[in-house]
Amino acid sequence: MTAETQDIKPDQGHPDWHWYAGVAAFGAGWLLLYRQLIPFSEWATALLPVGRHSHTGEAIAFFLYDVPKVLLLLTLIVFVTGVLRSWFSPEKTRAILSGKREVMGYPLAAALGVMTPFCSCSSVPLFIGFVSAGIPLGVTFSFLIAGPMVGPVGLGLLFGLVGWKIAAIYLVFGFTISTLAGWAMGKMNLERYLQDWVRELNAGAAPGLEEERLTMVDRIKIGIEQVAEILGKVWIWVVIGIAIGALIHGYVPEAMMLKIMGGEAWWSVPAAVAVGIPMYTNAAGAIPIVEALLGKGAALGTTLAFMMSVIALSLPEMIILKQVLTLRLIAVFIAVVATGILATGFLFNAIL
Amino acid sequence: MKTVKVYGPGCKRCETTEQMVKDAAAKLSVDVTVEKVTDQREIAMAGIMSTPGISIDGKLVHAGGLPDTAKLDEWLSA
Repeated sequence: MTAETQDIKPDQGHPDWHWYAGVAAFGAGWLLLYRQLIPFSEWATALLPVGRHSHTGEAIAFFLYDVPKVLLLLTLIVFVTGVLRSWFSPEKTRAILSGKREVMGYPLAAALGVMTPFCSCSSVPLFIGFVSAGIPLGVTFSFLIAGPMVGPVGLGLLFGLVGWKIAAIYLVFGFTISTLAGWAMGKMNLERYLQDWVRELNAGAAPGLEEERLTMVDRIKIGIEQVAEILGKVWIWVVIGIAIGALIHGYVPEAMMLKIMGGEAWWSVPAAVAVGIPMYTNAAGAIPIVEALLGKGAALGTTLAFMMSVIALSLPEMIILKQVLTLRLIAVFIAVVATGILATGFLFNAIL
Repeated sequence: MKTVKVYGPGCKRCETTEQMVKDAAAKLSVDVTVEKVTDQREIAMAGIMSTPGISIDGKLVHAGGLPDTAKLDEWLSA
């Protein structure tokens, strides 16, 4: 039997050093390309029969600069995140969280939410896995909010497109909202608003999974798979997001932007949240829009509120969660997270 | 005869995983029945928190992401 198994897979592929050399070559190539972004976009825009400083020229230059830039940034971020996340798993996270005291549980859950790999299509089994292992509902929510809200893709793009200061502000406030929203929901004793079958379930006794041993090369492969999978899925959102950003950049007059999204109008923050919730895109599509808004003088608080509600509160995710949560609990969830986002928006419009 | 269960709510990766199991079994000429589990409750009860998951004869061997082809061969021929 052993001989047979060996016959089936005689070639295990490339030696390890090929993989490391490949990663190094990729890094060098990435840097080279990244430095060509401005020359490339200017060159390509100049080929078109439009004035460089006309509305159309500005919009096209923005688009041609941002599309390759965002795709390059995404490739790097997703690869690095994929490799780092291979050290984490929902099973490990559950084991860590179920042993923790409540107070430490919330920030820890938010931090693990950022590092644990999970896709929204398995958020139901994940939710049940957590709750049935005795992890408090509030702590579970901290985890679920932080995952999309403070995700590395959003942070990395924010850093690359808008700058480190705003990325840092976003990180601190996204993390705080995840922690406090989970804590607030934990205080409300919402367990009775879970769907009945979830409360009766006890999956805690289910057999665990044996840890798969991964080598560094396995982790590099995971990173590459992630790049292929995630870029294949989000590129269209990226192009749409950048197209919207380009239109804003080229055509929306600054005076109008200041009037609608400036810090003066108090209603601009709630309006941004209301617009953001039904909008379904991911961080990769939202950040180019944010870049264009900020460039046109939109207030930081309003823009942050818009971005947070687009990313953290999405209707499709609510529909998935409807299987385990009653409508009432979903309403509380939206209300609590939206309150945190509103507070952040108002705070920044007031102090800046 | 092995009973293989593929757990997943029906996303694309779950379907790919099912096909990978069938292909591997055909290649190794291992006799299997592949059962697809899409019910969220059953997925959770199996102790799976990230899909797709695979169990062989009741033993959970994989959860989260596409399985590795070499590992799949190993599990099926064990």
